[in-house]
Amino acid sequence: MKIMAQVGMVMALDKCIGCHTCSVTCKQVWTNRPGAEYIWFNDVETKPGIGYPKRWEDQVNNKGGWKLNKNQKLKLASGGRFSKLLRIFSNPNLPIIDDYYEPWTYDYETLTTAPVSKNGPVATAHSALTGKELDLQWGPNWEDDLAGAPTRALNDPNMAGLEEKVKMSYEQAFMFYLPRICEHCMNPSCVASCPSGAMYKREEDGIVLVDQQQCRGWRFCVSGCPYKKVYFNHKTSKAEKCTFCYPRVEGGQPTICSETCVGRIRFLGIVLYDVDKINEAASTKDPTKLLDAQLDLFCDPFDPKVIKQAEADNIPQDWIQAAQKSPVYALAKRYRVALPLHPEFRTLPMVWYVPPLSPVLEVIEPEKDGSTDPDNVFHAIDKLRIPIHYLANLLSAGDDEVIKNVLKRLGALRSFERKRQLSGTIDDSLGAQVGLGSADLDDLYQLLAIAPYDRRYVLPIAHRERGDELLLSQGTCGIDFESISVSKDNPQKLESVPIEFRRRK
Amino acid sequence: MTSFEIIIWTVLPYVAITIFIVGHIWRYRKDKFGWTSRSSQLQEKKILAWGSNLFHYGALAAIGGHVIGILIPQSWTQAVGISESLYHNFSAYAGAIAGLVTFVGLVILLYRRISNSRIGPTTTSVDLVVYSLLTILIILGLSMTIGVNLLGPTYNYRPTVGVWFRDIFLLNPHPSLMANAPELYQLHAFLAWFLFALWPFSRLVHVWSVPVWYIGRPYILYRSRYKTPPLGEPSLVESYPNTSNPKID
Repeated sequence: MKIMAQVGMVMALDKCIGCHTCSVTCKQVWTNRPGAEYIWFNDVETKPGIGYPKRWEDQVNNKGGWKLNKNQKLKLASGGRFSKLLRIFSNPNLPIIDDYYEPWTYDYETLTTAPVSKNGPVATAHSALTGKELDLQWGPNWEDDLAGAPTRALNDPNMAGLEEKVKMSYEQAFMFYLPRICEHCMNPSCVASCPSGAMYKREEDGIVLVDQQQCRGWRFCVSGCPYKKVYFNHKTSKAEKCTFCYPRVEGGQPTICSETCVGRIRFLGIVLYDVDKINEAASTKDPTKLLDAQLDLFCDPFDPKVIKQAEADNIPQDWIQAAQKSPVYALAKRYRVALPLHPEFRTLPMVWYVPPLSPVLEVIEPEKDGSTDPDNVFHAIDKLRIPIHYLANLLSAGDDEVIKNVLKRLGALRSFERKRQLSGTIDDSLGAQVGLGSADLDDLYQLLAIAPYDRRYVLPIAHRERGDELLLSQGTCGIDFESISVSKDNPQKLESVPIEFRRRK
Repeated sequence: MTSFEIIIWTVLPYVAITIFIVGHIWRYRKDKFGWTSRSSQLQEKKILAWGSNLFHYGALAAIGGHVIGILIPQSWTQAVGISESLYHNFSAYAGAIAGLVTFVGLVILLYRRISNSRIGPTTTSVDLVVYSLLTILIILGLSMTIGVNLLGPTYNYRPTVGVWFRDIFLLNPHPSLMANAPELYQLHAFLAWFLFALWPFSRLVHVWSVPVWYIGRPYILYRSRYKTPPLGEPSLVESYPNTSNPKID
């Protein structure tokens, strides 16, 4: 057993209002550069919809992530190492720019230089790739708020098995927002796909990064990631991806998308996990059991045995404390209301989602006297506007029961709080029906509804005293390229520390 | 032996080799960030799939042919029982196929670069020189293999061009060997040195990054930011009690 710490995020989808503030602030911080115009480390998709890039969830064609081979061994879905090298001159699974969108800017100069005329001048769109005028047919958030859904939403890969049921008429349509960043997976297929060894997981916090000095632009990470969250900068010809805002996180601050989230939907924390069991968990035969397998990897940070092992594995005391207060651990494992996105990709993703509980009141049958009992939520779960199976395709590898259990917990929480706040009574029976005590429901309410900043974001700061090279490497070619450390015998002399690759069991 | 012959068959090679070696060291130390294949597959992939595969696999075969023909002495192949006529036939037919495949690939890639408005702007001036040199070198190589050796009068380049090339690296240059070779061979070799001199400053550096070590590598790589504290040192947490996030409580 070897315990490592891993940062994670949970997003409560009920609270997302689809304002794209996360996307915009992320772009301003990270991808506001030539070559990265089309790159959104964070994007907010309207579901149902084909997404960004188009149909990224369709692994039959994209061949991202992992799969089990005939002998039930975990293999990259795009093929083995040797066959990858044979395809290095042209990667057949790479999305092209049109799958994202052709980036553009506007000819703003016309607005000030146009001669006087009857009609006002128009700034036309010009491609950032060719400089030519562009007839806009697709762009970022082209599907925002179900735009074009009647013709396109059925192409959403999550609609599998629902084609007959779902009608895209206005009265019956459903939608919710799905903000997406890199999953910083425990078993990242992008890292496994990179032939140059430029991508890596940080031992301390599990953040997945691209070493820009070592990337040679072979592009297999882009196709290897099933979430399509590694991008190719077309100016620098290097891979780029969400950094989990590591410079902020190291200082104990939330990522910029979390910091600026208007709906306060995001939770950040760390989990302690057993790295020796990753392969076994990701090789779980039944995809619907991958959720439990991943939850089994998360170690209970209060268990004295876990604490002892964590200390032995060099995890600092304040990190263990942070793991105990982690909202990610609480929502995912203690209360089991957060679910991983597409667990069937077998990458063991670490950005999880609390599924949305659609408008509930509408589907509750009226009583005989015409009144409705808003507490009758359990019966309403199957009639929610968002089809259970749609959420199941998205968050539980198609297992409806998992979604139902989460939604029942959320429904019970809602009824429990309504009763407590309106009549002052504590109804213990509600929690009992979903396997939670009233104290749990109260804690869940605190967390999901009114949690303050430091309860939503529990990030221990990086231990600088362990990385005495950090300050010295300022202004060098990057922290992840070559660490510099102070020589013990002669503090003035800088020593180069070779990058250490460690083989996982 | 004229001084002109010494300049182009001895001085030029040494200058080119020096630039090649020093240039690569300089580039690797100063510009790892710029060291990439500069792929344009994101902009266009259908034509690239044909052009790039034909060109690269053809080029690999052609490079292999050069190694066999230029680096391996004729005496060695004869020692293992390969007659000159057998070698000649092999090199003429295999060389012609490899050369044609490379050439077709190159034409497809050039067509793609010229016709696609998304690829054009990614072309740098160094690219233009490299493409021009490559095109001329491949056409010259094809004329030698097909025009001279397959259909023409044939020319055994191994005792002349091959020895001249190897002697450069043995620091025992013999420019006169090359001075008597046919003009086609002279031009091909002459221009090739310019490609070698340009190599470290062009996108061709990606050739040295072919990630063969990927084959035996573990899939998931971890890197530690910090050195592991040596065993027996006092716990860092104890010696720095104030480092925990003050917000958590």
